[in-house]
Amino acid sequence: MTTIALSSLGRTRRHWGETIFKLCAISLITLALLLLAALLINVTMDGLPRLSWQFLTSFPSRFAEKAGIYSALVGSAYLMVLIGIFSIPLGIGAAIYLEEYAPNNRFTRFIELNIANLAGVPSVIYGILGLELFVRIANFERSLLSGALTMSLLILPVIIIASREAVKSIPGSIREAALALGATKSQIVFTQIIPIAFPGILTGCILAFSRAIGEAAPLITLGALTYIPFLPDGVFSPFTVLPIQAFNWVSRPQDSFHQNAAAAILVLLIVLLLLNSAAIWLRYKFQRRFNW
Amino acid sequence: MKGYAYDLEQQQFEETPLAPMTQTEKPKITIKDLNFFYGEKQALFNINVQIPERQVTALIGPSGCGKSTFLRTLNRMNDLIDSARLEGEILLDGQDIYTRSVDIVALRRRVGMVFQKSTPFPKTIFENVAYGLKIRGLKDKAELSQIVEKSLHRANLWEEVKDRLNDNALSLSGGQQQRLCIARALAIDPEVLLMDEPASALDPRSTQKVEELIGELKKNYTIVIVTHNMQQAGRVSDLTAFFYEGQLIEFGDTKKIFTKPTKKQTEDYITGRFG
Repeated sequence: MTTIALSSLGRTRRHWGETIFKLCAISLITLALLLLAALLINVTMDGLPRLSWQFLTSFPSRFAEKAGIYSALVGSAYLMVLIGIFSIPLGIGAAIYLEEYAPNNRFTRFIELNIANLAGVPSVIYGILGLELFVRIANFERSLLSGALTMSLLILPVIIIASREAVKSIPGSIREAALALGATKSQIVFTQIIPIAFPGILTGCILAFSRAIGEAAPLITLGALTYIPFLPDGVFSPFTVLPIQAFNWVSRPQDSFHQNAAAAILVLLIVLLLLNSAAIWLRYKFQRRFNW
Repeated sequence: MKGYAYDLEQQQFEETPLAPMTQTEKPKITIKDLNFFYGEKQALFNINVQIPERQVTALIGPSGCGKSTFLRTLNRMNDLIDSARLEGEILLDGQDIYTRSVDIVALRRRVGMVFQKSTPFPKTIFENVAYGLKIRGLKDKAELSQIVEKSLHRANLWEEVKDRLNDNALSLSGGQQQRLCIARALAIDPEVLLMDEPASALDPRSTQKVEELIGELKKNYTIVIVTHNMQQAGRVSDLTAFFYEGQLIEFGDTKKIFTKPTKKQTEDYITGRFG
């Protein structure tokens, strides 16, 4: 009798522990979700009334109700295209070199370690680097090109790390089988490695892009302008992007500009959500095809 | 007259079973004083052997005895390992495959390989078989499909996949995948086929199919097969080489090795006393 009583007591105590821990976990996740929801609701309440076709297609103005995000939206889009051109080939190339070609020596490990570290460097530091390297030394001015190059540096480590993971997950037996059929190293890279790693690489790139599209700090450091009442007419043109436009409006004293900022943030959020869902969809779509 | 006919018959009877077994036939691959090292560790010791053309040669021995390493020296798959080093000569049709002038890619097209784990590429069935041809630059659609069909026929897989050549190869069963890998290796028309435990991951039914296939393939190809399965070596091979601790202990006619081995180690291994 005593043993039964003791063991059931122990069970109750364990049970209580479990319940308390579970409650803690649930309340923490609820708190996090509530904060996020509050933020979203706040932004939506402020911004939604301002969100209209006119808002999307107007240039910035000193009158809040006439101002729009046209130049910022187009600037962001141009910037993304240029970043893609610079960072994707470089990132994939670096990843394939490191995984497939690089000898396993101290130098390679040094590079690998540094890429991992670079992914953690604050973005404003990249802004300072870009200001010196591209704006001053290369003399590209405060242009789209300087901005895109700086942002490419910022997201390159992310793309390299994601692409390496994708390449690393391909079993060595695939490479051996292709070699045994008389494939050369470069043929294996182009006919096996890249096609198989493609979904993983793509997902990594999209996630890197969604980081780049929300960054304001490095571009502000670089000197991207905040008032651009025209569209960029080339890679050397001055430009602005969505987060900078939002940042500019938030720093104004008038309430009506704060509403504009909220609307701009809403647009940015929608673009980000679209990018992330594209990444999830792609991962899901290709995942089932490649299980060994 | 009657006696003459009898003599003729007798002669034929004598010759047929003996002819393929004799070593007088032209060797396809000749291995001379082969030593192989992984860094400091020596994996193969002074191997001398001649592998005859259009026969099945089985390599047997306990795990880690060097039989897979030996197999991989024959199409230079060991070149991938940085620390690997080889001494001695391996002659394919009298030509040393380890001289500097040898084109490794061309060599691997002459000496195909099938691995223990079936490794279909995550592409369609058609693309898998056509891969070796496409990387060689063959683009002609009609010729490609003709060779693909022929190779699948040879691998006894055509009937099972002819209606779904555009399906992903990973949708095939394990046994089908392995036969697909054999078809893929046959498509580039090699002279020698190396098989590294091709049936060890298959169920008995699929194993039987692969074994039957090996029996058919030896009409056209020189086959070297690594196997852990004694019965399988006995069933499929003409010649057997027994490896132990990196040395070639005994080599000869399979029947003789299995019934009257000359070395004690061979006998112990075959009868299951160790391994």
